[in-house]
Amino acid sequence: MSWTARIGAALALAAGSAAAAGATAAVGHPVPWQLNMTEGASPLSHQVYDLHMYAFWVCVGIGIVVFGAMIVAMMRFRKSRGAVAETWTHNTRLEVIWTVVPVLILIALALPATRILINESNTGDAGLTVKVTGFQWKWRYDYVDYQGRPVSRVGFISKLAFNSDEARQLDSGINPRSLKSKTGYDDYLLNVNHALVVPTHTKIRFVITADDVIHGWWVPALGWQADAVPGLIHDMWGEIDTPGTYRGQCAQLCGQDHAYMPIVIKAVSPAAFQGWLAAQESRARLDTIARTVQVTPVPAPAPQG
Amino acid sequence: MATHAGTHDDHDAKPGFAQRWLFATNHKDIGTMYLVFSLIMFFIGGSMAMIIRAELFEPGLQLVQPYFFNEMTTMHALIMIFGAVMPAFVGLANWMVPLMVGAPDMALPRMNNWSFWILPFAFVLLLSTLFMPGGAPAAGWVMYPPLVLQGGDSIAFMIFAIHLMGISSIMGAINIIATILNLRAPGMDLLKMPLFVWTWLITAFLLIAVMPVLAGAVTMLLTDKFFGTSFFNAAGGGDPLLYQHIFWFFGHPEVYIMILPAFGIISEIIPTFSRKPLFGYKPMVYATASIAFLSFTVWAHHMFTVGLPLGGLLFFMYATMLISVPTGVKVFNWVTTMWKGSLTFETPMLFAVAFVILFTIGGFSGVMLALVPADFQYHNTYFVVAHFHYVLVSGAVFGIMAGTYYWIPKWTGHMYSERWGKIHFWNSVIAVNVLFFPQHFLGLAGMPRRIPDYNVAFADWNMVSSIGGFWFGLSQLIFVGNIIYTVYFARQKASARVWEGARGLEWTVPSPAPHHTFEVPPVILPGMLAHDDVSH
Ligand SMILES: [Cu+2]
Ligand SMILES: [Cu+2]
Repeated sequence: MSWTARIGAALALAAGSAAAAGATAAVGHPVPWQLNMTEGASPLSHQVYDLHMYAFWVCVGIGIVVFGAMIVAMMRFRKSRGAVAETWTHNTRLEVIWTVVPVLILIALALPATRILINESNTGDAGLTVKVTGFQWKWRYDYVDYQGRPVSRVGFISKLAFNSDEARQLDSGINPRSLKSKTGYDDYLLNVNHALVVPTHTKIRFVITADDVIHGWWVPALGWQADAVPGLIHDMWGEIDTPGTYRGQCAQLCGQDHAYMPIVIKAVSPAAFQGWLAAQESRARLDTIARTVQVTPVPAPAPQG
Repeated sequence: MATHAGTHDDHDAKPGFAQRWLFATNHKDIGTMYLVFSLIMFFIGGSMAMIIRAELFEPGLQLVQPYFFNEMTTMHALIMIFGAVMPAFVGLANWMVPLMVGAPDMALPRMNNWSFWILPFAFVLLLSTLFMPGGAPAAGWVMYPPLVLQGGDSIAFMIFAIHLMGISSIMGAINIIATILNLRAPGMDLLKMPLFVWTWLITAFLLIAVMPVLAGAVTMLLTDKFFGTSFFNAAGGGDPLLYQHIFWFFGHPEVYIMILPAFGIISEIIPTFSRKPLFGYKPMVYATASIAFLSFTVWAHHMFTVGLPLGGLLFFMYATMLISVPTGVKVFNWVTTMWKGSLTFETPMLFAVAFVILFTIGGFSGVMLALVPADFQYHNTYFVVAHFHYVLVSGAVFGIMAGTYYWIPKWTGHMYSERWGKIHFWNSVIAVNVLFFPQHFLGLAGMPRRIPDYNVAFADWNMVSSIGGFWFGLSQLIFVGNIIYTVYFARQKASARVWEGARGLEWTVPSPAPHHTFEVPPVILPGMLAHDDVSH
């Protein structure tokens, strides 16, 4: 599409329904000219998307009434058209109406919001628990347990991929648009060296904290962000229904490289995940043995996760 | 705005420059100084915004290092909030409150002098941090620990500057309260006061309530940084979130401090150009008071994503949503004031109408942000940036501009250029939407705020937004030009009433308002006040 055609299309979308138009179901990353929130890939993100659209249309409705009245007033009651001002100054019944009606509208908004929030706060019965730790400026992921069984020493640092890091430097001379993933996606600043691998159709509990300053762990496809606060544990949950790659970013200002600590989740089938996790665990075990043998003949101290 | 020197007929000798301005105790002179100061700060803060938008014009880093970018976002906010918007409102209050209530001056003129002259020193301190080794504070205007404590010694300067601004604001607020409560002309009952006076009275109480809270929060930052305390240090037994609770206990009322006086201005302008009394005067006063009261109960909506317990989230969600009720009442009353009026659209009215529409759009995104599950997606994104710029730029700043056009004939005795006022308006109102509306899309698409660089998917809307930004910035030069023209060059004399539909004591004194007004309390005649028939 040509540049002008794209603008035209975008404007048409904006005018028609800013709503459904920009929505991108199960696309795990932002797209050019995107107008709207992603519907995401998790039960929560679908609910949040519906709530967002509901609130949006309520606002559009109120806007049509209020701005409509203003426009009519500005057209009809112009002095230049001979309008003569009335002198009335108040009307108690009107005041009561426009106090009570908004309260009812707000209740209608608060009810679904409350329901979703209660659902969101229910982090029990998770099939997988992942600990997320924010660092300046990278994330660490540790797998805590899977299907009720503790995971032994699987964890890694995930940071901005090397090509993005190179291109992002001031006057690097590298065009951000030249960076492509293997699938041809423009992944500048949204690619990492090690993605977080998770199984689909599994309730995942994320326990989120930070080591230095406050970060914000946000993958829009999950439908929420959670601040990572040093000294505190923040838990949230997600369940991804479609295999794929889901990208996000640190949302809370955390210093000079705040823009450069993306999050990439790779969702694979439970079977594939099982295999991946087993391989990671045995590699961790081999590592430990190798290190123990090399360093000291006595048993090594308990691993520090 | 220094032309009053010529109108000083009731003084024996013309005072020297230092005498007149440095030792100023006249509310009009001090008001003028506040307004000029605020305009200078508006352009300093604005040029930082231009740097931000220039860097965000395209993906990739072209102009500045990320750390400097963070310094810019931090300083832009501090300067615009404490240097541009708040002093502008205090300046307008200084000029207009005594004129509106029939007082000879502010109640405490020497303190008035002090509260103004603190400000230039506060901002020299704050701006000097840009030239310090290690750079200016770069942790955002919210100054969250632990991040802010990683900054260099410049944070001590920032904290001292904030203390000074706080002292200045508190003294200004005390002065305004004392003036309104003690110096009203006989017959100017509380419930006959113009809305601008009412909103400022309530704002002044908010200031006195929350500025000390901010001072406490930043003092704890200071001791954490330099004296080994651990208020906010988890490793020392403290809590980083404690800071956020204290800060936002100040911060949320602060947003009403920046909008209530604008509500007042709009409530003056719309009746004047509708030639019809303000609809629902009393509900307007009560709505303002309830907004102020509720503003103390909603601070944690800035912290929805920190991991609050479910009960806390629900309470702060409901309380926040509730604020939209009195705010809605105000909007409905403005619209109804216009209904069956006799409307004309001079520049102040144009800005007022744009205020009502664009502020309401900011209110809509505010209601959406209040819904916690939705906020989990909006939080810390450009959606939030769009929201508060709609409220603060096309809200507070448009309110200030509307007030300036509305009252400048009273201040200077000359009419501004209506033609250039309209050119300024149309450029501003279109540019502000090109600038901020696409930021809703960026936020919804997933772009976090406070980042100097972004994925290429965000490139297009960012470019649009930047173009709007440069356009808006340049448009403000028209505003300055029009002010300079009005003060020094305009020929067309303003009448005492200035506007056909204007009512109230401030319009009974000549234009320009003489250096001293209401030295003898005015006798209020029936029909003189804008709101003298509210009792039935
Ligand atoms: Cu971070
Ligand atoms: Cu708030």
